[in-house]
Amino acid sequence: MKNNRRAFIKLAAVAAAGLAVAPKAMASSGGHSPVKANPKGLHAKQWAMVIDSTKLHSEEEIAKLADSCHKIHNVPELTGKKEVKWLWSDIYPHTFPEQENPHLAEEVHHRHYPLLCNHCEHPSCVRVCPTKATFKRPDGIVAMDYHRCIGCRYCMAACPYGSRSFNWGEPRKNLDLANLNPKFPTRMRGVVEKCNFCVERLAVGDMPACVEASEGAIVFGDLYDPESPVRKVLRERFTLRRKPAAGTEPCVYYVI
Amino acid sequence: MLELALKGSKRYYAWIGFLLVLIGIGFTAWVDQIMNGLEITGMSRDVSWGFYISQFTYLVGLAASGVMIVLPNYFHSYKTNKHMVIFGEFMAIAACIMCLGFIIVDIGQPTRMMNMIFHPTPNSILFWDMIVLNGYLFLNLLVGWTCLQADRANLPHPKWLKPFIYTSVIWAFSIHTVTAFLYQGLPGRHYWLTAILAARFLASAFCSGPAILLLVMMATEKFTTFKMPKNALKTLVKIIAYAMCVNMFFFALEIFTAFYSNIPGHMHSIVYLFAGEHGHHELVGLMWTFIGMAAIAITLLVTPKLRNNLKLLPYTLVILVIATWIDKGLGLLIGGFNPTPFDTITPYWPTGKELMVSMMIYALGALVVTVLFKIATEVKEEMGHSQELPCGCSTEDNCDCTLECGCPKDNCTCEEEAAEEAPAEA
Repeated sequence: MKNNRRAFIKLAAVAAAGLAVAPKAMASSGGHSPVKANPKGLHAKQWAMVIDSTKLHSEEEIAKLADSCHKIHNVPELTGKKEVKWLWSDIYPHTFPEQENPHLAEEVHHRHYPLLCNHCEHPSCVRVCPTKATFKRPDGIVAMDYHRCIGCRYCMAACPYGSRSFNWGEPRKNLDLANLNPKFPTRMRGVVEKCNFCVERLAVGDMPACVEASEGAIVFGDLYDPESPVRKVLRERFTLRRKPAAGTEPCVYYVI
Repeated sequence: MLELALKGSKRYYAWIGFLLVLIGIGFTAWVDQIMNGLEITGMSRDVSWGFYISQFTYLVGLAASGVMIVLPNYFHSYKTNKHMVIFGEFMAIAACIMCLGFIIVDIGQPTRMMNMIFHPTPNSILFWDMIVLNGYLFLNLLVGWTCLQADRANLPHPKWLKPFIYTSVIWAFSIHTVTAFLYQGLPGRHYWLTAILAARFLASAFCSGPAILLLVMMATEKFTTFKMPKNALKTLVKIIAYAMCVNMFFFALEIFTAFYSNIPGHMHSIVYLFAGEHGHHELVGLMWTFIGMAAIAITLLVTPKLRNNLKLLPYTLVILVIATWIDKGLGLLIGGFNPTPFDTITPYWPTGKELMVSMMIYALGALVVTVLFKIATEVKEEMGHSQELPCGCSTEDNCDCTLECGCPKDNCTCEEEAAEEAPAEA
């Protein structure tokens, strides 16, 4: 009896100590811990991109950008109808199908244009997603939660720009596993993926990979900051956006 | 009442066994899909929805079709239909189950299916489609089962059921409208981006759905003592005839809008479907088959002599079902994904495995229909409702089947009497 009481008091003391410590221990681990923003991180109200197609227009040049993008984001290499791509190139009639004219300058018509997610201000993919796996961040980037996505592919049907890819099979089978980028996750099969404007790089103060690789042909900045480099180019040069009639307000501009 | 489904003839068990074998075969393909992902299908980056979703779209029509029997019965007191109501409701249950099945096999991560409920997203039409489909399934299970149980006990249908019945009638329209909204609110897919799409969905549902239902009922008559009342059958055929005419009229409206406006985006899909584009002619033959068969079906349905010919009717209905299936179960979806956002054509064709998985779901639907119809017909037999008389009439036809009447089988001349009793017809 005596022993039992002593054991009980000991246990109670330990439990009380535990209760006192627990909130702090919880705070430093798990989902509710305070997150400190990286002081070097870049911020904007709406990120946007201007691509100067007079400087950047050959298939090879754009393939170089796509390569660096795909390497950094562990995008599987596939060919054919089931391919996965974040950044790629196509000719004028495929890029601007409703803005073609039969007497367009030959050079403009045959130029290659880099294509990627437009990070629209009114993205139809976000509107249709049934699980919020596709969502718009406060900085205007249309992002994907690969762990939330159920693979219904409604966003693919809704995107007027064909900017999304689906992992029809196991993506890791088509990755060079020896040369993965450990800083970015790989995906599982059955989820949709797309360009993310390099949110993970912006968060640590780097420019998007394609902007960096473009050597000045792509300008990146805040669409709502009149002093941003993006606004400066938009003021000075004539630009086109893809499918303006869709009403999605794409944030990728092309200098023609 | 489920015990009624457990005892049946050898033929009944053989049919159930056959369906189970089909389900088993299809299941192996589905396991393969779960192991390897949707890469076993013919879908692609450009055509992200395929046979599964198009079958779902077609079957929503079958689910909604029961309302064409339920509505006259409850909203217009057209009691000639009353013994058919249960079959419309049970058919809707099977159709809803097939629809949900096709959605489940279509998603890339089925284990995360519940994310739709854990993270409800009212701005997504898919969320509402889930609500209306499951709701309609629930309503029909509740109403159908309760009514049949009351019938069996020789009791009037309970009063508390009324609100559910009226809700289910309106709900039937919603499942089709919401499914059409899945498609019609998308920018950049011109074939779907049309305000009349929901109306087209309803029109095609109200001809193809009752047509399938009638075909299944005719098969049911072959194997049971159940017999459809002649006037109920005639009313339903008239509804099919009107709905098919409206369906094709709506289609003609689309053609006019696209070609008179001369807007390329609106014309592309139709040109691709009916003439082929960029060297792709995959669907041209099928689409013209649809037009031809629709014309034949309409001719057979609007001519009173041909419409009332019960020997010809099954063929008419089969032709109509094939026509509407090509239009809505194939052309609508594939035509919508072409042209792609890049104004190119990416052909799509379902793979063998995709068809096997689809067969599994269709067989599952047939199994549900068989079991439910078995229960319903057994109860009808117990109660003596809508039973076949020796001369081929139904007991509901008020037909005098004594030898003096002498009417030949399948063509009972005594039905004028019944027509007098139900002047509401037409």
